[in-house]
Amino acid sequence: MDDSKKSENTYIIENRHLSEQAAKRKHALETDPSVRTNHMEYMKGMEIINSDVCKKVMSEVEGYDYGSYTAKDVISALEHEKCTIEDFKALLSPAAEPFLEQMAQKARLETRKHFGNSVYLFTPLYIANYCENYCVYCGFNCYNDIRRMKLSMEQIEKEMEVIAKSGMEEILILTGESRAKSDVKYIGEACKLARKYFRMVGLEIYPVNTDEYRYLHECGADYVTVFQETYDTVKYEQLHLAGHKRVWPYRFDSQERALMGGMRGVAFSALLGLSDFRKDALASALHLYFLQRKYPHAEMSLSCPRLRPIINNDKINPLDVHEKQLCQVLCAYRIFLPFAGITVSSRESKSFRDGIVKIAATKVSAGVSTGIGDHESKYTGKDSGAEEGDEQFEINDSRSLETMYRDIENQGLQPVMNDYLYV
Amino acid sequence: MENTNNDKLIIGGHEFDSRFILGSGKYSLNLIEAAVKYAGAQIITLAVRRANTKEKENILDFIPKGVTLLPNTSGARTAEEAVRIARLARELGCGDFVKIEIMRDSKYLLPDNNETIKATEILAKEGFVVMPYMFPDIYAARALVNAGAAAVMPLAAPIGSNKGLAAREFIQILIDETDLPIIVDAGIGRPSQACEAMEMGAAAVMANTALATAGDLPLMADAFKNAVEAGRKAYLSGLGRVLYRGASASDPLTGFLR
Repeated sequence: MDDSKKSENTYIIENRHLSEQAAKRKHALETDPSVRTNHMEYMKGMEIINSDVCKKVMSEVEGYDYGSYTAKDVISALEHEKCTIEDFKALLSPAAEPFLEQMAQKARLETRKHFGNSVYLFTPLYIANYCENYCVYCGFNCYNDIRRMKLSMEQIEKEMEVIAKSGMEEILILTGESRAKSDVKYIGEACKLARKYFRMVGLEIYPVNTDEYRYLHECGADYVTVFQETYDTVKYEQLHLAGHKRVWPYRFDSQERALMGGMRGVAFSALLGLSDFRKDALASALHLYFLQRKYPHAEMSLSCPRLRPIINNDKINPLDVHEKQLCQVLCAYRIFLPFAGITVSSRESKSFRDGIVKIAATKVSAGVSTGIGDHESKYTGKDSGAEEGDEQFEINDSRSLETMYRDIENQGLQPVMNDYLYV
Repeated sequence: MENTNNDKLIIGGHEFDSRFILGSGKYSLNLIEAAVKYAGAQIITLAVRRANTKEKENILDFIPKGVTLLPNTSGARTAEEAVRIARLARELGCGDFVKIEIMRDSKYLLPDNNETIKATEILAKEGFVVMPYMFPDIYAARALVNAGAAAVMPLAAPIGSNKGLAAREFIQILIDETDLPIIVDAGIGRPSQACEAMEMGAAAVMANTALATAGDLPLMADAFKNAVEAGRKAYLSGLGRVLYRGASASDPLTGFLR
């Protein structure tokens, strides 16, 4: 068995509650590539846009041989005033690891130049965890045995009230990827509610077509986050075995469709550790870089999620992307894209997040739950007795907004609850 | 020596003693305090989108009495959006001053002069004291004057870059050819650069990053105050003529003429 097979298999878990037919299908998807659909082919209803961004990104990524960079390349990259794509490649390479402190110094300078001392705060709100995809590493995957739930509008409003009361002004609405259970209309209604309670509404949902993004924008959403997970199409095929998400190119063009639909900003990321993280980091940053050149007015940001344990599989871990590597990636992002926002989620530890906001990160989450309908119990400690849905992954940093706000201030930085106006 | 006590900055009929304006890009309450107390700022820019908050530490509550608020329209990508933000600022009680910022470039945050001219015209008609942030282009400056601007605010260098007077020659043209106050905005990284802009004849300078990222805020604020005052005095003293006289030959070149 080769290495890639081995790592894939660590994700796969059994679910004894599946019907015989479902179990058979699951097993076939896992073991027999011939039953899986072509992941590069669009499914019915998926809009195809005319864009050369993907080609530009992937031609750079395919030719990226990070082993070929030397200390000399890294030093010259650090000395340049403007970081070129070549410089960025050097900064992402193993040759840059001994220069991490210098990279951090340079990154901090860029961050302060462009963002001052500001650190923005937000919280995610999961409104449904139904999912039609089979992504083997994800806690929401359709074969995982978890408590599923979709919040009603009344429940969503209740959750929003609790969150807004904590002082939060920016919210990121998330769903599992199920058009059947959480359709665009349902998400749109949630956005309208969110506009009542929050100043800024972002979305992290399944990719949709331009007209649907436009509708969601009109409902009040203005920022769209889509994680490509991995830009390595072969690996992508092996990890996303079924569902709409299986279609790699449709997912790639999501941000562009969102901008075409009138969204103010978009966010990108690979899930670092799924495949070669250096190549995925390069691809994520170039995805942003080339799209920004095409849509210069748009706001853009990068996230940097690593793998986390999920319900029924506590063995999932970020593999070879340790905190040091993650820090290197984030410093390289900042030096290459000084204007881009960088978000660091509660997947990371308190100590890492406290350290990285001083260097490169401009946005952090606080008061986070990745479960469904459990904000009241988590925020107030009161069990409302209401039904709750299970979590997507285990978070690491569980600080409340209040604590996070204070911790940021104590570092001499300025926590910012909102810097946004819906116009 | 000339008494400079009556040397007022006049914008839209309002008089100010200070020629240092605090920008809004990087905000903190300490920064505002230092700018007012140590840099003597009487005008403070405020991003409406930042004031649009429920936060307990709303920036609006921290503006000292006697300081004029200059709400800006940052976040606007079109004239229409800028107009909407300006009206919202008025509703929020920010007064009639407005700094128009229209950026359609998230990388360099360069202002779009065309959209800025359009917004200036609309807002000036609505009675705002309009101060447009612009790329230093003489045609755009003239159009802004015609559109009813109260001052013109050319950038010195890309915002936040601390690069100083990169657009020096073009700003000088604006100063020489425009009857409105020219306020140099964006890019000023050091007190010496602020001083230079004032020597050139700028009516005021605006800075933010240079202060916000300084090690000792009050000290840097004080340095800016002195630099702006020194530059202004040098300008008033007729700096240009002094240099010209000093450089003239002792024997007249035209002595041969009868």
